[in-house]
Formats: sequence, C-alpha cells, structure tokens
Amino acid sequence: MNPVNYLYLAALLFTIGATGVLVRRNAIVLFMCVELMLNASNLALVTFSRLHGNLDGQIIAFFTMVVAAAEVVVGLAIIVSVFRTRHSASVDDTNLMKL
Amino acid sequence: MIEIATPLTGAASTGEAVQFWILAVIAVAGALGMVLCRKAVHSALCLAGTMIALAVCYMAQGAVFLGVVQIVVYTGAIMMLFLFVVMLVGVSAEDTVKDALRGQRIAAVVAGLGFGVLLIAGIANAKLRTFTGVGAADAKAGGNVQGLAALIFTKYVWAFEVTGALLITAAIGAMVLTHRELTEERQTQRELAERRVRLGTQVTPLPAPGVYARHNAVDVPGLLPDGTPSELTVNPTLRARGQMRDVSGELVDRMGELEASTAGWLGRRTPKPRHSTELAEAPASAPAQAPASAPAPASAPDVEESE
Amino acid sequence: MDNLIPVLVGLPLAGAAVLLLGGRRLDRFGHWLGVLASTASFGVGLVLFFDMLSRSTAQRPAFEHLFTWVPVAGFQAQVGFQLDQLSVVFVLLITGVGSLIHLYSVGYMAHDERRRRFFGYLNLFLAAMLLLVLADNYLLLYVGWEGVGLASYLLIGFWQHKPSAATAAKKAFLVNRVGDIGLSVAIMLMFSTFGTFAFGPVFGAAHTASQGTLTGIGLMLLLAACGKSAQVPLQSWLGDAMEGPTPVSALIHAATMVTAGVYLITRSSAVFNLAPTAQLATVCVGAVTLLFGAIVGCAKDDIKKALAGSTMSQIGYMVMAAGLGPIGYVFAIMHLVTHGFFKAGLFLGAGSVMHGMNDEVDMRRYGGLRKHMPLTFVTFGLGYLAIIGFPGLSGYFSKDKIIEAAFAHGGTEGWILGTAALVGAAVTAFYMTRVMLMTFFGEKRWQPDAEGHEPHPHESPSTMGIPMVVLAVGSVGAGALFAWNSSFVKWLTPVTGHDEGHSPLSSWTVSGITFAVIALGVLVAWTMYGRQPVQATPPVGSLLTRAARRDLLQDDFNHVVLVGGGQHLTRFLVYLDAKGFDGVVNGIAAAVGGTSGRMRKLQNGYVRSYALSMFGGALVLVATTLLMRAV
Repeated sequence: MNPVNYLYLAALLFTIGATGVLVRRNAIVLFMCVELMLNASNLALVTFSRLHGNLDGQIIAFFTMVVAAAEVVVGLAIIVSVFRTRHSASVDDTNLMKL
Repeated sequence: MIEIATPLTGAASTGEAVQFWILAVIAVAGALGMVLCRKAVHSALCLAGTMIALAVCYMAQGAVFLGVVQIVVYTGAIMMLFLFVVMLVGVSAEDTVKDALRGQRIAAVVAGLGFGVLLIAGIANAKLRTFTGVGAADAKAGGNVQGLAALIFTKYVWAFEVTGALLITAAIGAMVLTHRELTEERQTQRELAERRVRLGTQVTPLPAPGVYARHNAVDVPGLLPDGTPSELTVNPTLRARGQMRDVSGELVDRMGELEASTAGWLGRRTPKPRHSTELAEAPASAPAQAPASAPAPASAPDVEESE
Repeated sequence: MDNLIPVLVGLPLAGAAVLLLGGRRLDRFGHWLGVLASTASFGVGLVLFFDMLSRSTAQRPAFEHLFTWVPVAGFQAQVGFQLDQLSVVFVLLITGVGSLIHLYSVGYMAHDERRRRFFGYLNLFLAAMLLLVLADNYLLLYVGWEGVGLASYLLIGFWQHKPSAATAAKKAFLVNRVGDIGLSVAIMLMFSTFGTFAFGPVFGAAHTASQGTLTGIGLMLLLAACGKSAQVPLQSWLGDAMEGPTPVSALIHAATMVTAGVYLITRSSAVFNLAPTAQLATVCVGAVTLLFGAIVGCAKDDIKKALAGSTMSQIGYMVMAAGLGPIGYVFAIMHLVTHGFFKAGLFLGAGSVMHGMNDEVDMRRYGGLRKHMPLTFVTFGLGYLAIIGFPGLSGYFSKDKIIEAAFAHGGTEGWILGTAALVGAAVTAFYMTRVMLMTFFGEKRWQPDAEGHEPHPHESPSTMGIPMVVLAVGSVGAGALFAWNSSFVKWLTPVTGHDEGHSPLSSWTVSGITFAVIALGVLVAWTMYGRQPVQATPPVGSLLTRAARRDLLQDDFNHVVLVGGGQHLTRFLVYLDAKGFDGVVNGIAAAVGGTSGRMRKLQNGYVRSYALSMFGGALVLVATTLLMRAV
C-alpha cells in the first residue's frame, strides 16, 4: 500500500472538520471540529516525516498539539464566559457586532 | 500522456495496509459522527474515537511518541476538558434542525466538497512514491523519543521556549476569562434567613422533591396534599431546562403496578395501591399549576432588599 | 505751475474728508467750508487756465506725475495728471458750475440737519469728477469714475429715510455698475493689446491694433458711457435719480456724472476714429436717446422729471455728436458746456420753484408763478430760451452746430441723423415751452398740501438767487463767446481734431430749418397749454403719452426682459443644481448607500458566515496554487 493514503485520509478528515465548523452552531462542537482539523494536519505532518525520513515533521506535529492544547484552554474559557453572560453556547447568538 | 510509474519505495506492509483501512474507516466514521450528531456529548465521544484511531496511525508510521502523546494529551486531557465543559454548559444543548442562516449548510457542504476534491487532486498530482521512513533517523538518535528530544532541545529550542510561554499565557488567560468579580457582598446564611422572615412569603426552606410521592429523585416534583405536583420542589436549574419529570397519572400507575408486581414477586403482602385515577382527577381538572401557597416571584422584593 | 494740478482734486477731496470726518462741531460753518473748497478749486482752475492761455498751442498740455501706484514688472499703474485743453474745459465747468451749486445748496439745504454731510458728499462728487477728467490713464480715470458712482449713490439716496430715494440710489448704482463693467473690460482689453492704459501710449499705438480689438474697446467704452450718461439702454436710473435733493440733480445733470460719458468718448477719440462700427453704434445710441428723452420729457408732469428727460435728450445730442467723429467732438463738448450752464440754471430754477411751493413738484399744481417769483422766472426763462436754441443764446450755437454736423456726416446716415436731431429740437421746444407755460403762466392752480398749508410762493434767498443769475448769464453769453471767431473750435482742435465736413445743406439753411421747427414746437405747446387752461388732473392721453409717462416702459422692459430673464435663468439654474448636480451627487450617494445596504447584509454578525467566506477564500487560494503548478 502506498503510504500516500494517509494523506488522503488527512485531507478527508480536514475537509469534514472544516465543513463541520461551517455547519454546526454549538460552540463546543465547533471547537471539536477545529481539533479534528488540527489532528488531520498532524497526520499529514507525520506522513511527511515518513516521506522525507527525518523527524522534523513529528516535531511540528508535537508543537501543533501544544498549541492546540493552549487554544482549547482559552477557547473553552471563552465559551464558558459567553455562556455565563448569554446563557447560550450557540455561536449564532453572539452576534452583537452586527449593525 | 502516459507516464511510466516510478517504482514505489517504502511501501507499507500488508499488515499496515489492513490496519490502515480499518483505522481509516473508524476515523472517518468518527469524524462524520462528530459533525452529524446533534448532541455535543455524542460529538465529543465520536471525536475521541477518531483521535484514538489517529494515534494508532501515528504509531504505525513510526511516530510512537506522538501516538502516545495523542492519546494522553488529546483523548486524555483535551477531550475530557471538552466533556467537562459540555456538562457545565448543558448536556442537552442541541442544535436546532433549522439553520438561521439561509443557504449556509448547502454552501458549506459544497465548499467542503470542492475543497476536499482540490486537496485530494493536489495530493494525487504530487505523485509521491518514495517514502524514506523514519527508521534511519530514529536509529541515528537511538530511538524515536531520543531523536525528537535531540531536535526539540537543539534545533527547535527557541520554539519550545516560546511554546512554554504560550502555555502559561493560555493558563492565565483561561483564569482571567472565567474569573467573575463579585459585584455585591455575598450574603451569609443568617442574612438570608432574616430576609426570608422579613419578606414572609416563604419562611421555611423550599420543600424537598418527592414529598408525598413515591420517588425522591431530584427531577420528580413533590405532590401537594391534593395530588398536584409542586414545581417549587424541583431545582430551578432543572425547571429552567424543562427537565422536570412528568408526574401524570400513567406514570404513577406504572409505578404502582411495578411496586405491586415487585411485592407479588417477593411474596410480600402489601396493601392494594390506591387507584391512580383518584389522584389524577384533580390535576386533570385543575392543570398543574403552582398552588396558591406558592411564593410570589421574589425578584422585586429582592431588589429592594439589596439596596 | 503744473504742480498745482493735484491741488484741483485735493481741495474738494480734503473738504470732503474734513466735513465727513469732522463731526458735529463743523455743523455751524461746514457748508461754507464746502463752498470754500469748491470755489478755491475753481480759482486754481482759473489760474491754470490763464497759465495755459499764455503758452503756445503745442506747449499747452501739462502733465504732473505724482507717484507710481502699482509698481510691478510689466504692470505700472501710475498716478499722474494730464491737464490739456479738453481737461481744462471740464475743470472749469465742474468747479465753476459746481461752486455755484454749492452756494445754492447753502440756501436750499438750510433747513436740513444733515447739511454738513451733504456738502461733504458734494465735495466728494467734485473731487471724483475732477480726478476722472484729470487722470492721464484709464485706470486712474476708473478710480474717478467709480468715485462719481459712489458719490452719486450717496447723494441720490441722501434722503434715505424715503424708501423711494433709497431705491433710486440703489438703482442708479446698479445700472452704473453695468456700465462700469464695460469700462473695466475696455481697460483690460487695452492692457492686453497695448500693454499699458496710459492715454498717450494707447492712442499712439491704436493704429497697430486689429479692427476687431478696436471695435471691442470702442463698444465697451460706449457701454461705460451709456451707464454714466444715461443713454439707452442704461438710461433708466436718471429719472429716478430725481429723488435726490434738487442741487444734486443740477450737479448730476449739468456739471458732473452724465458728462463723464461724453468726456470718455471724446477723450478716446483716437480709438473711436479707428473703429467705425463703434462710432456707428455711438451715433445710434445718441440719436435714439435724444428722441427717447425728448418724448419722455413731453409727458412728465413732475417738473424735475421733465427736466431729467430733457437732460437725457441733450446728452443724446452730445453722444451723437461725439459718435460723428472729428466733425462732432468739438460741438459735443461745446454743447456740454453750454448745457451745463442752462441745465444747471433750469434745475436751480426748478429747485427755487419747489422751495417756494412747499416742495410741490407737480407742474399741474403751479401756474402763474411769474408774478410771485420774478427772479426765478427771468433766469429760468433765459435758460429755457437757451435750451430750445433761441438764436443768439448759447444753446443756439452748440445745438445748431450738432444738427449741422449730423447732416455733414454724409449719405443716408447723415440725413437720418440730421432729421432725428431736428425732430429732437422741435420736441425739445415743445416740452420746454410746456414746462415754462405750466409753471409760470396761466392761472394759479395751487392747492393746500396734505397738512392743509396753503403754499405762499416767494422768492428764494440770495444764496440761491446769485447762482441762478450767474448761470443765466452763462446761458445767454457762453455760446456767443465760444462761437466768436471759432475760439472754442480752435481751442479744442489740438486734442480732438476737427473736420468741417461737407454738409449737403448750408449753415444758414440748417439754422433756418431749425428755427422753423423750434417755432413749430413752441407754437404747438402754446396751443395746448397757453391758449387753453391747464387741467389740474392729467388727461388720459394717447397711448404714446401713457407710455411716456411710464418712461416709455423702460422699467417694464427691464423688469420683464432682464429681471424676468434673470429670474428664469436663476430658477433654471436652481433646478439644474437641485435635479442635475445634486441629482448626480445624491444619486451616487444613494447608489453607494443602496449598495452598501445590500453589502451590509453580508456582514450579518454570524461568525459561521464569516468563516464560510474565509473558507471560500482558502478554496480559491488552493485552486489557484494548484492551477499555477499545473500550468
């Protein structure tokens, strides 16, 4: 089997994640979709690492995970904070910026 | 134009291929489940499954450390954090079927399909056929973990330090965001009691659920002497979510039958349960309303009190 | 001696400054100060005149350069004076007649509490007029020209508490502005053509300019002259200018203001001589105005307005004569001077009559005044004889010469102009006889005024009497003096040139015909107003009479054509502005606003919508990248 299939899988997952971000309204699910996209890119990075025979790809994936963790912490804090004031986790309800 | 295919080097073994197809199906199914499930909890669980499948994929490709980290950090920490927030925000919070944005769903799907097609076309177009594999690199450093460590603390040490700063920032940011300043002094129990007496609307504590009923679950309202359920007995949060258990006649009947059968099964003699219709008559004629004795909304006096 | 020239202007100017800035402490003797300034200026004028007489013809023009006003490279505006034979005539007329009018005003304005200010304005008027005739370049002339306009505005509107006076002043000022535009355009044309606007260089270089340019300058100068001299089509202000005190009317009509146009044309003779089209326009304007004024004068019952029509007509004679070229210049100026005498006399006489009749101006309320005002009657009568051209009096010498010159112009034009001038002379005789008969002869038709005061006609004080006598003497003798040995022609020829022309009719024939038509005019007037009693209320009259009472519909014409046209133009422009330009601007604004309103819908506040846009962007980016790689 050609390991390029991992890349196809990554592309598929990324696309599903991106579509999910656009379709779902629950902020938490939306975040999960973002995580899925990050994971998909991580898979691609690991595959690239295998393709080129060095560990730099894995390092990048590692950093991605750390950044994702930080992002989740802050993002979920924001969601909790918004929920507390607006009693809703729907991203559609946070539309005060519109005219 | 016909090109002679470059011989494939570094191909995955058959075992890996089998593993890949299984994992790929699981991952894609999980991803789709996450997007399609209407409940956030289900989405979280689906995503956890996808992540585990991906972790195995990492390991299969020689990224053993990353696979472990994926399971520990993502599935272990991040996903649990997600679940925690889901529980906090409301398990039952569901997306409505109807989208407020007209055409958003269709446009998103179309754009997603186009994007996916483009990505896959791009990957196919690259004609990747030579996979070196990380075995040599691992061997040179004396193992995958050692190899990564060597890179992190030499070549990527600066990025590593910055990442540390980022994590600290994120932690502080989360604390700042979730911290709530008290706008008024917290009332002591004595003060609360004094206020209850002064207002006189509900001097006693609110009744516990299940009073005069056969259940004492938190979501079952207690029954008043005339058989009507009292909403006061249920936690306000559950009331607000509309998660109050229905205490209609059928339910009570069913419970009565259950008790009777249980008693029969145990061979115990119990008095014949009261027929539920006697109970149900009253609520049917007078709909389940808060009785007259129910306290008036205390918000207005509250405001006066706080001044 | 030449350095006395600026003093001519300076004396009345200083008088005006002192009187206007001096305040109430000058009220007691301020008017005498004004008379002194004017008379002193006349004295200086006389000194300069005799000095000029003592020199040979070639040496007579005197120049006095004061300072450079605007010293810019290529644009040198000088303040310099030129006193030649033409200027000195004007100086003597202006200061002489002006001084007499000053003296007269002392009596006439005795009861006006703002008399000091009035004298300040009179002095200012004289100073401006002197500056106008003494300037040695058009720019300085323009300063005087505008000064005259200002002073006339102040004097016509002197009784500004009367709305009619204030309106008349504004009207005079505005109509004069139209003429002033002509003068300023002419000056600009001169500067762009010749690079200078000093008289000498411009006239010297006039033959180098193209015919079109000269015609343009000539027509613009004519427009300016029309404004100041109340010629058709800018004549409408003159009748209303009677709202001013009578001495002002005398000053405007005799010595200053209306003569400025004739001066301008005569002074620019070098330009006009080279521009036949402009000359033709000038004679046409003159001939039309001559008849126009005469007809208006016939219909007016207001003595001052009748005289105003007469002025318009007489100035028409002068402008026509000036337009005739070298044949007429001298006679235009000669008529101007003699007219200055008799018209000033007539106006002062009219003022005297009004003074005695409680400021009544309607001639139908006069009648039989010769017994009550003998001095006024005699002086007014002499002026009357002079203006109708009674042989031997000054009007005879100047007007007959103009009629003669009109015939001498030659060709069909000459016949038309000559006939027009003859008709004018007949009509002049008619309306002046009418004025005379209605005022001094017949039965008395006085009525008590609105407050019930019966007028008691009485002779005016000596301050008013003396000027009238002096002017009457001038009316009688000036013509003969000028005509004697052709002294006036010889005097002016070095400046304006002179051409006898070839009249198809002999001088005596013209005189005979003229006398005949004058006699006819007098006879008709006597038949209508002498033989039968004058009605106290004006008859309805013929269509022409009614039109003439309304100044031959000049104001109606102006109102309909100019004001109405202006209003329509304004409305059109407002419409254009509101619908056209604002429409475009507002349309763009509305289009932008509408587009923005629709674009705003994109900014719906939904994060997912923005995310979709972003995702679309990424899609395009990936597609482009792949395409670029594929190509």
